[in-house]
Amino acid sequence: MKKPIISIKDLVAKYGEKTILENISVDIYPQEVTVILGSSGCGKTTLIKNILKLYQPFSGSVKIFDKEVTSMDEQEFDDILSKVGMLFQNGALLNSLSIFDNVAIPLEQHTKLSKSVIEKMIKVKLDLVNLGHAINMVPSELSGGMKKRAALARAIALDPDILFCDEPSAGLDPLTSASLDDLILKLKNLLNMTILIVTHELASIYRIADRIIFLDNGRLLFNGTLEEAKQTDIPEIKTFFEIGKF
Amino acid sequence: MEYKTQSLFFDEELTKYTVPALNEIFSKYRDKTITSIDLQKITKIDSAGIAFIDEIISQLELDPNNSLSMNEMVKTAYDTFTSAELTSTQAEKKLDFFTQLGLGAVNFINSLKEGIYLIADIFYWSFVGIFNKKGQRKGSVIHQAIFIGVDALGIIALLSMILGLILALQSAAQLRQFGANIFVADLMAVSMVTEMGPILTAIILAGRSGSSIASEIATMQVTEEIDALKMMAINPIRYVVVPKFHAITICIPLLVTASTLIGIFGGLIVAVTYLDLSATVFINRVFEVLTLRDAIIGLGKSYFFAWVIVIIGSYYGFNVKGGAEGVGKVTTQAVVASIFWIIILDAINSLIFYFNV
Repeated sequence: MKKPIISIKDLVAKYGEKTILENISVDIYPQEVTVILGSSGCGKTTLIKNILKLYQPFSGSVKIFDKEVTSMDEQEFDDILSKVGMLFQNGALLNSLSIFDNVAIPLEQHTKLSKSVIEKMIKVKLDLVNLGHAINMVPSELSGGMKKRAALARAIALDPDILFCDEPSAGLDPLTSASLDDLILKLKNLLNMTILIVTHELASIYRIADRIIFLDNGRLLFNGTLEEAKQTDIPEIKTFFEIGKF
Repeated sequence: MEYKTQSLFFDEELTKYTVPALNEIFSKYRDKTITSIDLQKITKIDSAGIAFIDEIISQLELDPNNSLSMNEMVKTAYDTFTSAELTSTQAEKKLDFFTQLGLGAVNFINSLKEGIYLIADIFYWSFVGIFNKKGQRKGSVIHQAIFIGVDALGIIALLSMILGLILALQSAAQLRQFGANIFVADLMAVSMVTEMGPILTAIILAGRSGSSIASEIATMQVTEEIDALKMMAINPIRYVVVPKFHAITICIPLLVTASTLIGIFGGLIVAVTYLDLSATVFINRVFEVLTLRDAIIGLGKSYFFAWVIVIIGSYYGFNVKGGAEGVGKVTTQAVVASIFWIIILDAINSLIFYFNV
C-alpha cells in the first residue's frame, strides 16, 4: 500500500456557526489524479482551501508530505507551498501584471534560477496551455477560458509535487478541455505529480481520474477508484454518472 | 556535471533545485569546446532542467538534434518542455516622439468629446428626471442624499470649526497689534462665506463622495452591471448618476451654509475669549459686512463644485479599464481631477466677480 501524500483526519470546517465539512477523513495518494465530486455548495472548494490553510480548519488534522499543517508555522508552511500549485476557480491572476509576470512570480520567489532559464520556462508553460501568443497581454484583455489557462500555467510553473485544480474545465470549449486533460496526464506521468481536481465534467473524469471522492452536504459519501465509483450502488453517485452521460 | 572529450556529462537530478549550482559549474566550462551534451544518466528532470539545457544549447550555438544524447525518460520530458521550437514573441514596438504626441492629442480630443457628451447626458437626464421618475430606483435620491449630505455633515462641521478657529487665531494675532480687533469679524464673515465654506465643503465631498461615485460606477462597469442595465433597456446614467446628481444638488447649499456658520462660530469663540469682543458686537459686525452678493457667489459656485464632483466621478467610473486595479486607479484619478477642477473653477470665479475681468 502506497503512503498517502495528503492525509486528512476528522476535518471539520465551519463558516461562522454553519458547518460546511463534517468529519472528513480521506487520504490522497502520490502520482494519482483524485477527483472531488459533489453537488454545488457541498464543500468541495472548502475542502481544498482547508487543506491549503486558506481557511483555518475548525478541527481535525491535515498532513501534507507527512507533516501536520494545521499547527505549522508560516515559514514551514511556505516550504510546503513551494511544492504545491493551485488553480483557482476564477483564475485569480494578478490584474496589474502581464501574463508573463504572473507566471514568473512563483519562479522568481521560490527558485534561484537565472533570468534566462525562468524566461524559457514561462514561455514553455504558456505554450503548453496554448497561450504563447498572449505573453505580453494583461488579464483584462483575456477571455474567461484564457484566464483559466494562464492561471494553470502559473500553477504548474514550479512543476509542483501536488497540483490542486478547482474546476479547470469550466468555461472551456471541449477541445481545449480535452487538451488540458492530456496536459494533466502528461504532467502526472512526466513529473510524478499528484493532482487533486474539483470538476463536474464527466468526460474529463473518465479521461483522467484514478480515484473519486464524493461529497454530499459536507459529508464524505464515497472514496474509491473510478471503477469502484462506476459500480457503486450509492444512489447519488449512480445518478451523477447516469445523468452525466447525456 | 563533468566535461570530457568535448562533451558535457550530466547525471542524477536536473531539476529546479540543482540547476542553480550546475549553472555555476557550467560557467567554468563555457569557454571550452563543447560539441555535445550527454543526458543518458539523468534519473530525474523537470521543466527547469530542460530550460537549462535549452539555455546551454543556445549559448553554445549547438544544434539540439545532433548534440543531445538522451535516455527515454529525458527524451519525453524534453519533447514536452523544450523552448527550442517556440517562436520568440516580439517585444512591443516603441513609438517615436511624434507618433506619441499625435496619439496623445487624439486621445485628449476623444476624452474631451466623451466628457462633453457625458455632461450633456447628465444634465439632460437630471432635468428630465425631475418630472419623470421612470428608470430611477424608488428612494434612491433620499438614499444618496443621506450618504452625501447627512453622513458628511459631522466631518464637515468638525473641520469647519477647526478652520474657523485657526483663521481667527492667526488673524487676531496680527490685528491685535493695531487695535483692530473688530476686523476679525469682517475677515471671518467674508472669507468663510465667499471662499472657505464652499471650498472646504467641496474638497471634503470630492474625497468622500467623488471617490465613492467613481469606484461604484467603475466596479459596476468591471462586473458588467452597467451592460446588464443597458440590456434591461435602463439608461445607466439615469439609473446610477442622476440620483447622485439630484442628491448633491440638494445637499451642497445646506452643507456649505452649515460649514460657513460653524466656521464663523469658531471665529466668534476666538473673538470672545482672546480679543475681548462681545458676541453681540461680533454678530452685528458680521451682518454689517456681509452682502447678499457674497452669499449668492459663495452658494452659486458651490453648485458648480458639486456638479464637477459628480461629472468627474462618473466620467472616470465609466471609462475604467482592467479589473480591480483599474477601479483603484480611476478612483484616485477622479479625486485628484475633482480637486484640481474645483480650484480652477474657484480661480475663474474670483477673476470674474472680484477683478471684473
